[in-house]
Amino acid sequence: MSSTVLGAAAPTAGTGQPALEIRGLSKTFPIGGLLSRKSVRALHQVDLSLGRGEIVALVGESGSGKSTLARCVARLEKPSSGEILLDGVDVLKRDRFQASRAYRSQLQMVFQDPFGSLNPAHRIEHFLRRSLAIHGKAGSAAATQRRLEELMATVGLQPDMLNSYPHELSGGQRQRVAIARALAVEPQVILADEPTSMLDVSVRIGILNLMRKLRDEQGISMLYITHDLASARYLADRTAVMFAGELVEEGESLDLLANPAHPYTQLLVSAVPDPARSGSYDPVRRAELRAAVMSPASCAFDGDPEQPCSAEQPVRHRVGSPDNRHWVRCHLYRPAAGSAGHALVESKVS
Amino acid sequence: MTISQVSFGSHEPVLEVKDLTVKYVGDTRSTTAVDRVSFSIGTGEIFGLAGESGCGKSTIANSIMRLLKDPAKIAGGSIRFGGKDVLGMGPEELRRFRWQDVAMVFQSAMNSLNPVLTVGEQITDIYTTHAGYSRKESLRRAAELLELVRIDPVRLKSYPHQLSGGMRQRAVIAMAVALKPSLLILDEPTTALDVVVQQEIMAQIKELQHELGFSVLFITHDMSLMVELSHRMAVMYGGRIVETAKAADIHTAPQHPYTQALMGAFPPLTGPRVPLTGLADGVKFRNIPDLAEASPGHFVAPFGATAVAAGGSGALEAGTLEGATR
Repeated sequence: MSSTVLGAAAPTAGTGQPALEIRGLSKTFPIGGLLSRKSVRALHQVDLSLGRGEIVALVGESGSGKSTLARCVARLEKPSSGEILLDGVDVLKRDRFQASRAYRSQLQMVFQDPFGSLNPAHRIEHFLRRSLAIHGKAGSAAATQRRLEELMATVGLQPDMLNSYPHELSGGQRQRVAIARALAVEPQVILADEPTSMLDVSVRIGILNLMRKLRDEQGISMLYITHDLASARYLADRTAVMFAGELVEEGESLDLLANPAHPYTQLLVSAVPDPARSGSYDPVRRAELRAAVMSPASCAFDGDPEQPCSAEQPVRHRVGSPDNRHWVRCHLYRPAAGSAGHALVESKVS
Repeated sequence: MTISQVSFGSHEPVLEVKDLTVKYVGDTRSTTAVDRVSFSIGTGEIFGLAGESGCGKSTIANSIMRLLKDPAKIAGGSIRFGGKDVLGMGPEELRRFRWQDVAMVFQSAMNSLNPVLTVGEQITDIYTTHAGYSRKESLRRAAELLELVRIDPVRLKSYPHQLSGGMRQRAVIAMAVALKPSLLILDEPTTALDVVVQQEIMAQIKELQHELGFSVLFITHDMSLMVELSHRMAVMYGGRIVETAKAADIHTAPQHPYTQALMGAFPPLTGPRVPLTGLADGVKFRNIPDLAEASPGHFVAPFGATAVAAGGSGALEAGTLEGATR
């Protein structure tokens, strides 16, 4: 095993015009009968940007709204309000009702379940060929064949597997095919929703390494949605934490997980099993964190807008030094004494 | 020293599995799901069985409980519990053995509660059926049991759907220890739960184990979780145990390449970000030999030329480990 330390994003990552930018995205789902006015707030005013060649992880527990965000960005769900900018163009305005082919050729998805996302009746070749054909990337027969083999090589599969059926492949191999299918379109952004959670543990790292390689070699930006903090730290340059439909904290992955500022992030970090810090479980501290996160009286982020801990929306506080990209939104956040001068408060990051 | 003598504490082992072989017998061919597996669990010991789907770990749990159904057949070996031969038990003996001696919590146990009965009815049922207590006494004990796992006894009147997933899982664990079994088998007890709830459940199990002193057979694919909880553990691959040692030893110095791959599959939350390598797709180990003692209490199945002496690295060629570097 090499002892090289994995670097952060490419030098240009996060600067210039972002590849994907989400502004004030909200989504409410109606509940109850036809005439009911009730609704549940799945996403509330989410702002998130994804630089060119940057990998951003979106973490949170089930029910936090991360999959709703993915479905909105994938245009499988219509957001209630907000903007999704791809290359500076608001795609919700451009293609009002459904994603256009142009959108799909810029943004591709990799889903959680590689067993369900490949039609069992077709050979692997079919999926890739179809991707090329639909998006007009197919050339002469010989060129297409070369491209297919190249795609297989890129994702680490043998070219002779093109003739296999999905059931002949392992879960990890299928997920590689799903990634190759996304790559065939030559997208700028890949949206990966829990791409490893259904795979056997020993092949998960291989998929994460492949995603990193694609970013490094082809400059593809990725939004990596996961509940696994350790893998977010391993793969992503930046990590955003979602809780009850809102982003509560965001920062460079290493910094965020080393110095979590929001009680919810602290709770998540403390819950990850890690033998290296065995015995770290402190039930008293846990109870405090839980209380801070869950009790309606103390936090606005419990999903109950009726009883927030303050009438005002919490603002973003910068965590650490001013050039840090780490921020938190929480009324309870108190900057450390030394950095108090840097704790600049922004009303809203535009 | 043989493998079955290595156990936590000086007590006689509670459970002793020796050369267990389980086959799934088909019309034309049969598959060996568990192949000559031996291990033992001491009194009050938490023993972990790690491995991926299909490695045979759940089949072992089901063999111990005698829950195997056709086409699975125990083809050889023995399972002894407190000196009794589990494989030779008759129906009546088996009925007492299950739940009173050994209890099991299944992977989706929280969904195994009966949706049309209250939690209280289901718990009191254990006491009236298995222990012969009166209804009133059973109810009192049921309330005690819920308090043990930090659930408010008013929840006795709740139906399962009124409890959260974590609460239901805790209720199921409480029910498993209701009759004070000497061995608790946990088959992926937290896989379906969020990480925060998972840690609370694990802390709960640790606390119960400390209080009631039972032994635990803990089955999971999550190495980090297992190393945190277990005293001793074994790693399974393709129906064979490839490595067994104290959990701390496996964490600090895994020797078999498969164990290393499993450990490497869980990136750490602290320290620098270094490249990890999982097991490459399609890498398979075949004809895994019997375990050999690599160091006191640390048994590893020999795996080729560079074997144990070389520190266990390099048995897989660098070329097969795709994505090792950036």
